[in-house]
Amino acid sequence: MLFFVLRRLLLIIPILIGLTLLLFVIARLLPGDPVGLAAGPNATPELIAQLKRQFNLDQPLPIQYWTYLTGLLHGDWGMSVFTRRPVFEDILTYLPATLELVIAAFLIAVLAGIPLGLLTAVYRNGILDYLMRSVALGGIAMPRFFLGLLLQIAFAAWLDILPLSGRYPLIETPPDTVTGFYTIDALIAGDWYAFQIALAHLALPAIAMALSPLATIMRMMRAATIEVLQQDYVMTERALGLSSRLILFKYVLKNAMTSTLTVIGLYVSWLLGGTVLVETVFDWPGLGLYATQAILTQDFMPVIGVTLVIAIIYLLTMLIIDLLYGVFNPKVRYA
Amino acid sequence: MTTEVPVAHLKRNQSARLENWSRAFYRFRQSWLSMIGLALVVVLILIAAFAPFIVPHPEQVQGATNTAARFQPPSADAWFGTNALGQDMFSLVVAGSQVSLFSGLSVVVIAVVVGTAVGAVAGYFGGWIDEILMRLTDLLLTIPSLILAMAVAAALGAGVLNMIIAISLTWWPVYARLVRGEVIGKKEEQFIVAARALGANWLRILCRHILPNIVSPIVIKASLDVGFAILTVASLGFVGIGVKPPTPEWGTLLSGARSYMPGYWWTAVAPGMAIFIAVLAFNLLGDGLRDVLDPKARR
Repeated sequence: MLFFVLRRLLLIIPILIGLTLLLFVIARLLPGDPVGLAAGPNATPELIAQLKRQFNLDQPLPIQYWTYLTGLLHGDWGMSVFTRRPVFEDILTYLPATLELVIAAFLIAVLAGIPLGLLTAVYRNGILDYLMRSVALGGIAMPRFFLGLLLQIAFAAWLDILPLSGRYPLIETPPDTVTGFYTIDALIAGDWYAFQIALAHLALPAIAMALSPLATIMRMMRAATIEVLQQDYVMTERALGLSSRLILFKYVLKNAMTSTLTVIGLYVSWLLGGTVLVETVFDWPGLGLYATQAILTQDFMPVIGVTLVIAIIYLLTMLIIDLLYGVFNPKVRYA
Repeated sequence: MTTEVPVAHLKRNQSARLENWSRAFYRFRQSWLSMIGLALVVVLILIAAFAPFIVPHPEQVQGATNTAARFQPPSADAWFGTNALGQDMFSLVVAGSQVSLFSGLSVVVIAVVVGTAVGAVAGYFGGWIDEILMRLTDLLLTIPSLILAMAVAAALGAGVLNMIIAISLTWWPVYARLVRGEVIGKKEEQFIVAARALGANWLRILCRHILPNIVSPIVIKASLDVGFAILTVASLGFVGIGVKPPTPEWGTLLSGARSYMPGYWWTAVAPGMAIFIAVLAFNLLGDGLRDVLDPKARR
């Protein structure tokens, strides 16, 4: 078990090196003039040359790459040409906001999707089943950014019960930073008022992100449960007189979870990559907005940095998912 | 002169194929959701094809403005209202269907062609070619595709073609993986061995013997993907990358409406609903095709 985890963690390193190389090559093959954009229209050739020297862009590509790769090892992720700040510091500033949003959306999707999938499978072809299946069809096709706008119209403009956008009101001071997650920090500080504000701001973007994964997880869980319910051992358990609740939660749930886990894992990267859209709608100060701004100014170091962070989180999630398979199914436990 | 025996053989062969198709369509018709999907897709394609004749204000699609009629709510004159420049939203949304459908379909076609070529070569030859191609594919699959597509599209500059290239770049690896698996499954079968024994070269074996046998999974994946390709095109437009105004594109229209949001909701609802309906239509059609073509997924 420990050996398996260590081996998987070590395997992440060559993947990350490959990723930096690939991204570096893509970034250099593309046309674009980040320094010219950052220096502005009135820049003198001297200023541009100086900027290029400062950001290490005057070196040949292999040397640039080598400098970057060795820099990564001691936490130097390059400089942003646009913000003129180290990329690593920028990412540390924006990462908690994105993680808080993604984790909230993920929790909504999993905690609602799995029970709903079970319920609709058990009461198959009932009213709830038809209702939820229609919602799921629509939920998968619904663009996150459009759903976000609709939620803003409904809850912020018409009903006026939730804030329109942002992560925390500008006039208020957010709770002291411990984890960087405002909701958790507020709870740690014991500040109930701050917690309510943070949660109110988190609600709409999290729901906008959660709907599509919720719908997919529910559909997957429903299909898997129906398949498991038709197995012979379920009939045997029924014949033995076990209660429906025991059969459902002890035997069916675990077996149906295995195939649903794969989908859940895939959605982690979907959520992380898609924060760009929801953060744009809700002006959520996270990695997505940071990446968008960097992309629009063709500032490649932050783009590579953000991509690496997302890739690391994705690879770690895949590892956790693989370990979870073992929790639900002893047959695939790793020795 | 020989007697003409083979004709009868050919005819039977064709009628069997026709029977397969009619049976497939019969199964497809059994699901009313699939039929709704098919109907919506046909309507969308017709709208896109005849957009120049449907659009009531073609000059506004080209970028003309009518500031006297800004922010008109939906009415008999302007079905979907007008936007900040007084342009008729109905005209813009109808014209936008061309960009969205064209780019969505192109992305999937390019991804299928590139992915099939890479996956088929990797799967057929194996060894170090497979190693290199699949490591590259895996790396691309680790990168969040939306961010990569945004970065490439921004660097290439505005324009429909650049956007299609950028999204296709992130889209083919999935097909490469799929096709590689299918080719590996097929290449040891008896009929391939027979073809090789007859002296067919690798290109002929791949194109004439293996690929026709793995069309179903590719078609299923591709038809499910068109909706998401349209969604990705709209996403790029929404974050302000890809197509630039005045070219009407649903995502760009929606992004333009964001600044005038709660008050002038119709400027957002019309393009948003268009994206939603297009994605839904292709998803329903794809689900239907999967149920017909993939015997394992049928319930």
